[in-house]
Amino acid sequence: MSSPEQWTHPEPDAAPAATAAKPTAEQVIAGLRATDEGGADLVQLLTPEGERVSHPDFDIDITAEELRGLYRDMVLIRRVDREANALQRKGQLGIWVPLLGQEAAQIGAGRAMRETDMAFPSYREHGIAWTRGIKPTDLLGIFRGTDMGSWDPVEKRFHPYTIVIGNQVLNAAGYAMGQKFDGKVGDDEGEATMCFFGDGATSQGDVHEGFVWAAVYDAPLVFFCQNNQWAISEPTERQSRLPLYQRARGYGFPGIRVDGNDVLATLAVTKWALDECRHGNGPILIEAFTYRMDAHTTSDDPSRYRLSDELEMWKLKDPIERVKVYLVRQQWADSEFFEGVEAEADALGEELREFCTNMPDPPAERIFSNVYAEGNPNLEAQRDEFLDYVSGFAGGEH
Amino acid sequence: MPQYKQFPLPDTAEGLTEAEILTWHVKPGDTVAVNQIIVEIETAKAAVELPCPWAGVVTELLAEPGQTVEVGVPIITIDTDPGGAAAPAAPAPVAASAEANGTSSGKIGEEMPGGRIATLVGYGPKSGTAKRRARKDAAPAAAVAAPPAPAPAPVPVAAPVVQAPAPVAPGGYVPLAKPPVRKLAKDLGVDLHVLTGSGPGGVITREDVETAVSAPAAPAAAAASSVDNSTRERRVPIKGVRKATAQAMVDSAFTAPHVTEFLTVDVTPMMELRAKLKNAPEFRGVKLTPLAFCAKAVILAARRTPDVNATWDAAANEIVYKDYVHLGIAAATPRGLVVPKVRDADRMSLKELAVALDELATVARDGKTSPADMMNGTITITNVGVFGVDTGTPILNPGESAILALGAIRDMPWVVDGEIKVRKICQLALSFDHRVVDGQQGSQFLADVGALLAEPGIAMTY
Repeated sequence: MSSPEQWTHPEPDAAPAATAAKPTAEQVIAGLRATDEGGADLVQLLTPEGERVSHPDFDIDITAEELRGLYRDMVLIRRVDREANALQRKGQLGIWVPLLGQEAAQIGAGRAMRETDMAFPSYREHGIAWTRGIKPTDLLGIFRGTDMGSWDPVEKRFHPYTIVIGNQVLNAAGYAMGQKFDGKVGDDEGEATMCFFGDGATSQGDVHEGFVWAAVYDAPLVFFCQNNQWAISEPTERQSRLPLYQRARGYGFPGIRVDGNDVLATLAVTKWALDECRHGNGPILIEAFTYRMDAHTTSDDPSRYRLSDELEMWKLKDPIERVKVYLVRQQWADSEFFEGVEAEADALGEELREFCTNMPDPPAERIFSNVYAEGNPNLEAQRDEFLDYVSGFAGGEH
Repeated sequence: MPQYKQFPLPDTAEGLTEAEILTWHVKPGDTVAVNQIIVEIETAKAAVELPCPWAGVVTELLAEPGQTVEVGVPIITIDTDPGGAAAPAAPAPVAASAEANGTSSGKIGEEMPGGRIATLVGYGPKSGTAKRRARKDAAPAAAVAAPPAPAPAPVPVAAPVVQAPAPVAPGGYVPLAKPPVRKLAKDLGVDLHVLTGSGPGGVITREDVETAVSAPAAPAAAAASSVDNSTRERRVPIKGVRKATAQAMVDSAFTAPHVTEFLTVDVTPMMELRAKLKNAPEFRGVKLTPLAFCAKAVILAARRTPDVNATWDAAANEIVYKDYVHLGIAAATPRGLVVPKVRDADRMSLKELAVALDELATVARDGKTSPADMMNGTITITNVGVFGVDTGTPILNPGESAILALGAIRDMPWVVDGEIKVRKICQLALSFDHRVVDGQQGSQFLADVGALLAEPGIAMTY
């Protein structure tokens, strides 16, 4: 407590913290620390400096070939992301949702899944889509507004992108409960479901409901929360008063925080969590502690709400660089390999550009054809009327 | 051969129409690569760097820093095949004219061949004047007058033979049926479109579907005609009293928080008093109804609980207590519901009240109640009993704080001194504005009215 004299004679320059136009130095440091440090419970197997460390509960045996594969995945999906971002800037996509910085969280989680496991993404899961065998070109239609995602969700075991925040958590909980009811849980051959969402989604009612249902039905569901520190312009301190992974305890299932920029740790923790689930010990929450290096979407300007110091600090924790350093140090890869991946990335970028700029507009009839599984006379009449109207213009189809 | 391509300003966020050029990172003559950052722009949402779509040599910058450019207008010309024979001495005519125009942002768009340039999101720059796209058949007057609904004419031409039940007219008729009936129809293979609903409002019932199954082959013509429900509907414009009533009810229901309380009263003593008074010389020729007693009771009780006779004045942030009672009587008339007022009802004797109420009813029934007669009430009685109804939850007349519903008076079994007797029983319902009247005041008022009707002698104590 301050003394009574100070009550009546405040220091002239000391503005109250809440109304200060600029944050104090202490606030800036506290903010940086909050996002910089994952905390004591953070599971990490590969440090930002590329040093392999051990963890008492989680470890992983990884071969040179496997790690080269993970590196290639991350480089290629980063190129896809950058290329699509550029395509939006060239006017070829309506919007793009960058994943820059979250490659390890997504590739680690995606590669931990088996073919029989099911995934429910939000809209930033380009890396997960990649690991499910979906061509990056298949993502472009969603962001160009020509289709709703052209993959078969049943065949690929990858649900369509969900734009509504947190909504897919309900779908995933229901699906995982179904897996349990169908008797597909209980042994090594069991199935599991993964649900992807962000730190902002944890404030949504849907996520709470999904947690509750999955918990009380022991659903084989891995909640994979990529905490990229920013829900558009809102920091995590506006989402929670305690680390997000600790929320799981309140629902009655385990929660783990993993270094989301560490592909090995993410892979190890997710594999463990999926195995727990397929044996009937689900659900489990994984908080992948990572950082969104680019804007929320191409419509967003992060420089308006976050400090560049923060970005610079996270650049040092780049998910790809640490793997590269480790590969070189272990002599698991040479320059030929790295150049090869780079060339592959260039070719992939060009494929995306070609595909995107030559993407045909869907026919007007598509507005009507995906509404009902079976026909509907009312809608068919509307369709005919509309097509007749459209074809009435001179100069060909719109 | 040099090949010139122009990069139109993209919409970098959803639905932007323009952006300001901040800085060029390239100049004419520079070699550029795909995805090389060439310019920084500022939109309403963000400062954004734009990558180059093609590799080549910059021929010309078409907009200057500080200039605001509409989405879709070219900002740079790039020679994508600079190795070609001809030197870039003769650039595209577009570039030349744009150069001549210098800083004018509007000119650049206008000089583009083909006018408007398509963009992915938004509408691109405006092209001079707005004009409609040309239709194939250029018969303007007719085309404009008639909406482009598909004409029914082709149908007989295409199929002069007897047709299956014609599909629905475009524009949207959906057969009315409840979900279980739809399911039944689907299971039995009945097309609801060909059925005529026998339920209220033309709703297709379970029986209709079952009948259709047992007696198939309904003539197509009949089926077709059944589609048009509009012939069996009557549309009345909402106006006048109906409109005013609806508006008043909606206003009241959504502004005043309503609470309704109920009380069942043995009004046998009141009916006995009424029978006595009817024979009294003073009341000869006076139509002494239970409503008159009720009105007197309301006025007396309101004296003890002035809150029910008050008004919530939201604008002034005040509650207005009134030392007078303009008693509204809700009356059903051929024109609809009207609520004429008995002015200064609190100064009237029972006889005067009875006379006033009778007059009021006559005027109202004749449709002669003037708007002024319906203004400025302070409390209202609605006599639902005349319709044989026991009670209801009346909605407040706007501006008032209480309304009492007087139910039908019936012979009912009632316990009197431990024995079941046949008594005259009546229900009262009081709705009040809970902003003004608390439960205690409302309850006391209702109890007072009930007590006065149950034992008119109580009035002696007031």
